[in-house]
Amino acid sequence: MNADFTAEELQFEQEVREFLQNDFPADYREKIDAGIRLSKEELVHWQKILYKKGWAAPNWPVEYGGTGWTATQKHIFATEMGLIGAPEPVPFGMKMVAPVIMAYGSDEQKQRFLPDILESNVWWCQGYSEPNSGSDLASLKTSAVRDGDEYVVNGSKTWNTYGQYADWIFCLVRTDNSVKKQEGISFLLIDMKSPGITLKPIVLLDGHAEVNEVFFDDVRVSASNLIGEENKGWTYAKVLLTHERTNISGVPRGKRRLAALKRIASNTDDGFGGNMMDNTAFKKKLAEAEIELQALEYSELRTLAALSVGKAPGPESSILKIVGTELAQLMDELFVDLAGYHCLPFVPEQFEDGFQGESIGPGNSAAAALTYFNNRKLSIFGGSNEIQRNIISKAVLGL
Amino acid sequence: MDFSNTEEQQMLQESVQKFVHKSYDFDTRNKIIDSDKGYSEENWQLFAELGWLTVPFSEADGGFGGSAVDLAVMMEEFGKAMLVEPFIATAVLSGGLISAQGSAEQKAEILPQIMEGKLQLACAYAEPGSRYNLANIKTTAVADGDSVVINGDKTAVLNASNAEVLVVVARESGEATDSEGISVFLVDAASTGISIHAYANVDGKKAAEISLKDVTVPASARLGSAATAFSALQATIDRATVAVSGEAVGAMEALLHKTVEYSKTRKQFGTAIGTFQALQHRMADMFIECQLARSIVIMAAMKLDSGDNQLEKTKAVSAAKSRVGKAIRKVSQEAIQIHGGIGMTEELDVGHLFKLVTAVEIMFGNTDYHTERFASL
Repeated sequence: MNADFTAEELQFEQEVREFLQNDFPADYREKIDAGIRLSKEELVHWQKILYKKGWAAPNWPVEYGGTGWTATQKHIFATEMGLIGAPEPVPFGMKMVAPVIMAYGSDEQKQRFLPDILESNVWWCQGYSEPNSGSDLASLKTSAVRDGDEYVVNGSKTWNTYGQYADWIFCLVRTDNSVKKQEGISFLLIDMKSPGITLKPIVLLDGHAEVNEVFFDDVRVSASNLIGEENKGWTYAKVLLTHERTNISGVPRGKRRLAALKRIASNTDDGFGGNMMDNTAFKKKLAEAEIELQALEYSELRTLAALSVGKAPGPESSILKIVGTELAQLMDELFVDLAGYHCLPFVPEQFEDGFQGESIGPGNSAAAALTYFNNRKLSIFGGSNEIQRNIISKAVLGL
Repeated sequence: MDFSNTEEQQMLQESVQKFVHKSYDFDTRNKIIDSDKGYSEENWQLFAELGWLTVPFSEADGGFGGSAVDLAVMMEEFGKAMLVEPFIATAVLSGGLISAQGSAEQKAEILPQIMEGKLQLACAYAEPGSRYNLANIKTTAVADGDSVVINGDKTAVLNASNAEVLVVVARESGEATDSEGISVFLVDAASTGISIHAYANVDGKKAAEISLKDVTVPASARLGSAATAFSALQATIDRATVAVSGEAVGAMEALLHKTVEYSKTRKQFGTAIGTFQALQHRMADMFIECQLARSIVIMAAMKLDSGDNQLEKTKAVSAAKSRVGKAIRKVSQEAIQIHGGIGMTEELDVGHLFKLVTAVEIMFGNTDYHTERFASL
């Protein structure tokens, strides 16, 4: 039993580190540190830098332009990205729809869609959840009715992240109402410019509209955009959900945030002549968060080590989702604790790119509450943490 | 990176499992606890023959290798079966301290006897007022010619009533909480001036309060050099902390397993209680706690075995003990709750596992202590 990297892996780690130091734009790094969101153009630009390096798609097979990395190399790459704060690829194309196209799409679909995803020429968004279908996703109602060579789509999708940027949307649609709910679902790719699609931004608690509701009103979609067979969409979607559970723990980002907490705490007055690192209650919570992060890190390494000897990612990875998200949310609380009064000003625009006014509060303390609010999503999306507990109960404990 | 057990670790694991399957069921264990000594000498001999008593010791000391990961893997199996034999007291604590602090001669004399199962020891470090501060030693050792006279009180001394030799931590100089000035002495348990008040702990293991009044030992009974034993003591306790944390991981696995199985058979309202989501999620959380505890014990054991500096090691041990302690409370309390009334009874093993892990939570510093120590390092 050992947690050591091999000499080759250490060398790879060094290579990734140097690349990120040199090629991840310094102004992006500053913005991220200051709590400012990167724009679509900046995210795409960064993704194209990775593409040029050949590292755009760590998880793709080599034949589609992936890296061919081992599980450990992918882990090292994700770790270094997280430590420096570089954004991961926007997941909807790269991590969500692409694996489904690779596994179940036709050759024509692969050639048509995959290269543009790899090069970040086309921005994808997700059409899964509906206003009345959250955790019970299979109850979805958006319908696609075959009409000659086309489907006619009606209904609405919600919690659609960055749909305002998207060129394409992948959707789960109902193509058969007469069978069990899971058996009448199909996987359809839809051009966002299609007539009949409208987008309604949803402003979240942090004042930002990162999600939308998408309405489909007699939207005509070529049948050639159906993935695989009609009514098999649920199977395809499930495959997508059970994969990509690696790198979900957020350990590298957690380490970065923990370091920030320590840095901010020692520069924050406790009001009694010392700083917040002298505050016993805060210090204890911080220590608990750090300990949890270590337990999570080694849990992830154990999962990874199992992967690298060829074991499939088991439902145990639900642990990483639950613990990773709950720990991230705990850290959000610690940032709020540190900011005190300074997290109360609700001025979201000062964290928008190009804000020219005078910032309120020291550092980006006013972002603490915004992040705290926004990150409540973590335990809700990607299969809510309750759904993850259902998975553990059934698949691991056999209940 | 490889988190699977080595062949040797697998052999150790299987060896303990085989022994437990054959000769350590719940009733047998209860009889052993009720016996005079509170452990089975026959089992102890068998442990020696199976080589288990060599596991904590380095090859240089004539042992199996002294890896903390090996130790944790073995202790996990001990925890599942709740072995009460004084492995921690004799081999890990006493043997560990002798190995870390003793001279070559002292080691050559004592360690083989431990590994061969011929000698029982007890390590007397904690005192009534010391809580978990290892440097808080008020017991005095005063040199008198070629002798040393020891006075003081010791608490929670595991295996003291069975020990032929007591490994006594005493102060030769400095203030009561200085880390400088601490020495360790090998004291014949039958020496004049020693009184031992023995009892069984909540987990069935024997322990005692000891008072030492003008106990006189030769200066040669001192392990290594005078007043320098603190770091050896801390390293030994750190290792023992990882060992009992491994024991707790095993016991928690057993608690989880028994609880899940019980919930599949116990019927209320016409259905197995394991079908209720209110209980399923709690068992899922127990599973998560078990996994996190296992991960962090592996981390701490690996750090102890690595070349990292002492501070890093101590910090990792505190991280592990703190997290395991949190898991202990959660997993053991939920196990009782989900079993309901039957979980409260003496007749069911679940309650005994509960008591075992409750003892581990306290041993060598509880959760709060280790969280604070982690934060302070």
